[in-house]
Amino acid sequence: MCAYLPSTEAERRAMLEALGKESALDFFSSVPAEQLAAAERVDLPEGMSELELSRKLNGLAAKNRQFAKIYRGYGAYNHYIPAMVDEIATRQAFVTTYTPYQAELSQGVLQTIFEYQTMICQLTGLDVSNASVYDGATAAAEAVNMCLERRRRHVLLSEGLHPQTIETVKSRFQYLNVEVTLIPLAESGETSVEALAELLDETVCGVLVAQPNVLGIIEPAAELFALAKKAGAKSVLSINPIAAAILPAAAEVGVDIAVGEGQPLGMPLSFGGPGLGFMAARQDMMRRLPGRIVGQTTDAEGRRAFVLTLQAREQHIRRERAMSNICSNQALCALRAGVYLTVMGPQGLREVAELSLSKAHYLAARLAELPGWSLRFDGEFFHEFVTDAPISGEKINAVLREHDILGGYPLADGGMVWCCTETVTREDMDELVNILREVG
Amino acid sequence: MQLSFEKSVAGRRTYVLPAPDVPKYELPAEMRRTLELPLPEMGEPDINRHYSALERRSFGVNDGPYPLGSCTMKYNPIINDQLASLPGFTQIHPLQEIDTVQGCLQALVEAEKFLAAVTGMDRMTFQPAAGAHGEFTALLMVKAYHEDRGDSERTQIIVPDSAHGTNPASAAMAGFETVNIPSNEAGGVDLDGLKKVLGPKTAGLMLTNPNTLGIFDPNIEEITALVHEAGGLNYYDGANLNAVMGVARPGDMGFDLVHLNLHKTFSTPHGGGGPGSGPVGCKAFLAEFLPHDMPIARKGEDGEYVYDLEVPEKTIGRVRSFYGNFLVTLKAYAYALRLGKAGIRAAALTAVLNANYMAEGLRDYYDISVPGPYMHEFVLTIEPLRQEYGITAMDIAKAIQEKGIHPPTMYFPLNVKEALMVEPTETESRETLDMMIEALREIRSRVDSDPESLRQAPRTTVIGRPDETTAARNPILRYTEPEAE
Repeated sequence: MCAYLPSTEAERRAMLEALGKESALDFFSSVPAEQLAAAERVDLPEGMSELELSRKLNGLAAKNRQFAKIYRGYGAYNHYIPAMVDEIATRQAFVTTYTPYQAELSQGVLQTIFEYQTMICQLTGLDVSNASVYDGATAAAEAVNMCLERRRRHVLLSEGLHPQTIETVKSRFQYLNVEVTLIPLAESGETSVEALAELLDETVCGVLVAQPNVLGIIEPAAELFALAKKAGAKSVLSINPIAAAILPAAAEVGVDIAVGEGQPLGMPLSFGGPGLGFMAARQDMMRRLPGRIVGQTTDAEGRRAFVLTLQAREQHIRRERAMSNICSNQALCALRAGVYLTVMGPQGLREVAELSLSKAHYLAARLAELPGWSLRFDGEFFHEFVTDAPISGEKINAVLREHDILGGYPLADGGMVWCCTETVTREDMDELVNILREVG
Repeated sequence: MQLSFEKSVAGRRTYVLPAPDVPKYELPAEMRRTLELPLPEMGEPDINRHYSALERRSFGVNDGPYPLGSCTMKYNPIINDQLASLPGFTQIHPLQEIDTVQGCLQALVEAEKFLAAVTGMDRMTFQPAAGAHGEFTALLMVKAYHEDRGDSERTQIIVPDSAHGTNPASAAMAGFETVNIPSNEAGGVDLDGLKKVLGPKTAGLMLTNPNTLGIFDPNIEEITALVHEAGGLNYYDGANLNAVMGVARPGDMGFDLVHLNLHKTFSTPHGGGGPGSGPVGCKAFLAEFLPHDMPIARKGEDGEYVYDLEVPEKTIGRVRSFYGNFLVTLKAYAYALRLGKAGIRAAALTAVLNANYMAEGLRDYYDISVPGPYMHEFVLTIEPLRQEYGITAMDIAKAIQEKGIHPPTMYFPLNVKEALMVEPTETESRETLDMMIEALREIRSRVDSDPESLRQAPRTTVIGRPDETTAARNPILRYTEPEAE
């Protein structure tokens, strides 16, 4: 018995007969007999009906706690997802299609990727984008790889990058003779310009900064990258794509490569995945971009056509000399991002950003009024900020849970990183503050 | 067809969000974007039609058969997508307190147990987002293992010439040098060739078994034993596991590490290129090198399991954020549960039966690279037709499109000239297999009678063959507004 097999037992027997075989196991004559026997002995459950499966997974979902209000970000952001996004991203031809190597059958998918690439260029102000990589952390690692030169193998990472991004970059290059140094944050919460100036020398190939950084602070990116450029290093900015609607575009602050986690663009939290790693770069770095890229051309009759292009960079052509080993990416997530950006449009995306910004500032001001509470940094922030309070983050979150609220992300040093998006109302925030006032 | 940007009209929009209910916060002028943001401006009805048109210009497994070799384009069950969309999974923040994500962790722990049993491994991580990512993760573990033993001279990874391009690319990323070995005439590993390159520098072997010619290597136990004797580890590229799942296990073949492609073998949809999932399994002696975080189960005092996260002692580090493409893992687990032990085995046996049935139906019409029996796929070589009639694998592939069939994989593996790699999968019915055979026979008849029709194919699709040379020479990678006249 096997779900999803259209052929019947009788049909399979007839097919075997036509091939002169008694059993499909006869095709496995190259497999040693004891291996076949071992596989038969394996302890695995019997199959389930669709109804039983549904019951089982609904049961698992029910064991998770879903919160009515979410004030936690720190790398995963709870934005409203317009109904159109789910509708379009679940259409079967998009869901079940392969990587569009056969262009004639795949113009639709190719066009969605071409539109996505264009929108990533528009957000960043840069010239070229790829079709996506796995997530924001691996996008940062791929950007480092693009910066490496034979003589310059030292990369500087701001401590304001997400810790998981830093860890991912470190593991990626641990055996490739690459030195990774962290640029500390100043008291303001910004990446220290002085520290960067001291670290820069002729061995540094790239400087990576997050905008805003993991503590919510808006970085002096232009100043940091001016220093990097002077030292001959490439500038990489890891951006929040929602913030990008209102903060200076990557191209305006002198970056060579912009990367980021695309999850805020229409992807639910989903326990951290799948999300989307986006990448864009200046024209001169085009051939160093990893992964698939869609380009526009024509067919013999002059009709506009889209194809996967610049494949000479990729593993299936270049093998061990490829820019990266990536082939599968996050195409359906890129489609989601494309639909999200199209539905929101420039005005809608700015509204998401403005609402998140304004609500975060409203909540920050209200929390700072609580007795003994303070904001840790003076610097400008986007939609996340850090508080210090007389009670521990764990205690705060334990109380908020009782009210169906997921509180901020508790830092190891006792601080708390709060995040507001357009999904919380003023009423919600007032309620939050009142609860915390009573905790004391 | 027009791009969304060409349909854009200034001021058009869809109103999604409410008016602000808090005072507007103004950032200082130097922190504000001055660059234009030229995203498309469209109303919802037109956006909906735009994507409907794009959907019609796409071709998924749901639109027709997809015998794409080595890609295992099997049917993607609807229930899996639906269950992975439950808000109890999608609305969960990855950094929630551990006691509020017990369902997610339980799913990961149970999926690990299931797939480890299928592959004959002891532990498995779902961090890697795709097969290539899994290869890289596993090779970091190979490196860490040798380094941990002070065996730092092991710098070489052995890869057969029939391997996927990702194998050597991943090896390079983990700091290894790739040593290519030729295949023997039957498409298997050439034992003498292997012995020649094995030695104190051998870190490991990467092998796809059954290989890309659809052959289960009859010497598999000898191969893995030779690598072990030389001090190397055996890595199983799971791209072709669909042929043998439930029938034979990489762990019993002598492999120490394995990666799976959940988007191939375990039915999760390809989505136009992703998201996939490339979990890595390993034998117990390598578990301390796994990436973090690893979900684990502990029995509580009341006898119920409690789930937690753990960082392995000598971890290679983190290979991406959070816990991998979690929803994809969930879909694969749903598939595994639905099939169960008997269903998984039946799927493999039927995939192999279908491939052999198709190969038999084509044997008198085309040259097949190696004699059978085949596993889940076989490779046609169009080289004789190219020599005699100038018809290429590309021509055949494009002609197949006119029949409502997605073409087989072209020009791979590299050790077969003018290759067309056919993998029907178990989810095609006998009528569909017959239809594909008939289509390929009809195309073969035109090789002599009407070759021009093949060179001009496809003639029924929305575009004809695109000019790829110009695309690469003069890359247009985004839309730019035409200059005003």
